Amino acid sequence: MNKYTERLYNGIIKENPTFVLMLGMCPTLAVTTGAMNGLGMGLSTTVVLVFANLLISLFRKVIPDGVRMPAFIVIVASLVTMVEFIMKAYTPALALQLGVYIPLIVVNCIILGRAESYASKNPVVPSIFDGIGMGLGFTFGLTCIGIIREILGAGQIFGVQILSLDWFTPITIFVMAPGAFLVLAFLVAIMNIVREKMEAKGKPLAAPSGCLTGDCASCGQSALCTGKKSE
Amino acid sequence: MSELFNVSSSPHVRSKDTSSRIMLYVVLALLPTTLFGIYNFGYRALILILVTIASCLASEWVFEKIVHKKSTINDFSAVVTGLLLALNLPATLPWWEAVIGGVFAIVIVKMMFGGLGQNFMNPALGARCFLLIAFAADMTNFVIDDYTGATPLAAMRNGEAVNTMDMLIGRTGGTIGETSVIAILIGAIILILLGVIDLRIPGSYIITFIVFILLFGGHGFDLNYITAQLCGGGLMLGAFFMATDYVTSPITPNGKIVFGICLGLLTGIFRMFGANAEGVSFAIILSNLLVPMIEKITVPRAFGVVKEEKKHE
Repeated sequence: MNKYTERLYNGIIKENPTFVLMLGMCPTLAVTTGAMNGLGMGLSTTVVLVFANLLISLFRKVIPDGVRMPAFIVIVASLVTMVEFIMKAYTPALALQLGVYIPLIVVNCIILGRAESYASKNPVVPSIFDGIGMGLGFTFGLTCIGIIREILGAGQIFGVQILSLDWFTPITIFVMAPGAFLVLAFLVAIMNIVREKMEAKGKPLAAPSGCLTGDCASCGQSALCTGKKSE
Repeated sequence: MSELFNVSSSPHVRSKDTSSRIMLYVVLALLPTTLFGIYNFGYRALILILVTIASCLASEWVFEKIVHKKSTINDFSAVVTGLLLALNLPATLPWWEAVIGGVFAIVIVKMMFGGLGQNFMNPALGARCFLLIAFAADMTNFVIDDYTGATPLAAMRNGEAVNTMDMLIGRTGGTIGETSVIAILIGAIILILLGVIDLRIPGSYIITFIVFILLFGGHGFDLNYITAQLCGGGLMLGAFFMATDYVTSPITPNGKIVFGICLGLLTGIFRMFGANAEGVSFAIILSNLLVPMIEKITVPRAFGVVKEEKKHE
């Protein structure tokens, strides 16, 4: 596996932001009432994530360390504003559905997290792949939750009625707030079972290794990290 | 060879009270309510009760098989949960929704948090609230004698007059177990005489609720209205059978009174100012969440320990 596919695999499976890192929980719980919303939210975040990683990686040598957070926020906020305008122009229905959660992508911890822990320390191309991987991982997580909630709560997938209402009574709690917590908890539990099974087989899915930079002292995930360099 | 047995530390009190025996007492005390429910709502109520209990037992057994735990279905707690859940459902509920409720009560509310003794919320009520939100239409479809009508509480909310005598006996619409106050009180007396529950929680609950109704009910001291509010809905069933659940109520004597006051206040607020006519089940599960905090502030002073004097600066 070369380092680019490794980044994709890392984002989608190993360090999946939704099921493993538990980042970006606010949009995860709030917008996934349906598969379409989850997919839309995931993809718009992916776009922001990829371009934010690209720009931050480009400017990583220019941005002074002391003001890196404001600098990241300016970059991310500009990108989010652009994405918001584009969505309002071309997918107004989806933009209306997602509402305030599109501007809130600015403060999504996945984006700042990746900027801080990866893009600001790595070359441009791996950063882009890291953004794609994380973004797709987030999209995958949100769409999974959305699909399950939509099937149970309305009998639909992507707005198409697949369970006939003649015999299926929608379990409305699943399109309401408590349903989001229930579905997320079950999916995380399944993810943990898979992790344990693979460990038992001797092919462990590595725990979050966080970074490839080797700067373990200043890393927030140092406690969880298995790839830590011995000091 | 010395005959030295392992002796645990004191107290060495022997008692016949085991979990299963207490659960049996509760089932016994619920019998009058159950029988009246079946008499009132017909064979559908019987089927629903059996299905719910079976669902609870089966999910407990299957879950413990899957996670390789020792089976605990012999302690009857699943039977009590199933029976209480069924008594909180309208008789017209489709059976498969009752099954989902049973699975939710046992697997999610009880077993996921560690089984009997560890659950932070009354399983039967947790499942009832889940069903109430999930299948709102089916859960509020109250039919009696082939006649669909509002429950007495809903009728009172709309300003209609209700027959208090009917409510005492239980010839009104509602869930299977909540209608007959007399049957519930018979069960409650059985439990109190057997020493399973004491009056602290139900007493402080009901008194607080009456005070709340007097102050905020908008009817002043109207005996008829107060009796109807007390007998309507799940208040009696909740006060004697669900709020007193050992696991989810405080163990300290003062804590029980605080718990009852919380229940009375919440029930009053939900009934008077909430969107629904009924609020007992939400009041109880919310108060369940407060129990650890209530216990923390009501630890009784140990015998002989002098109260610490406040330091004057």
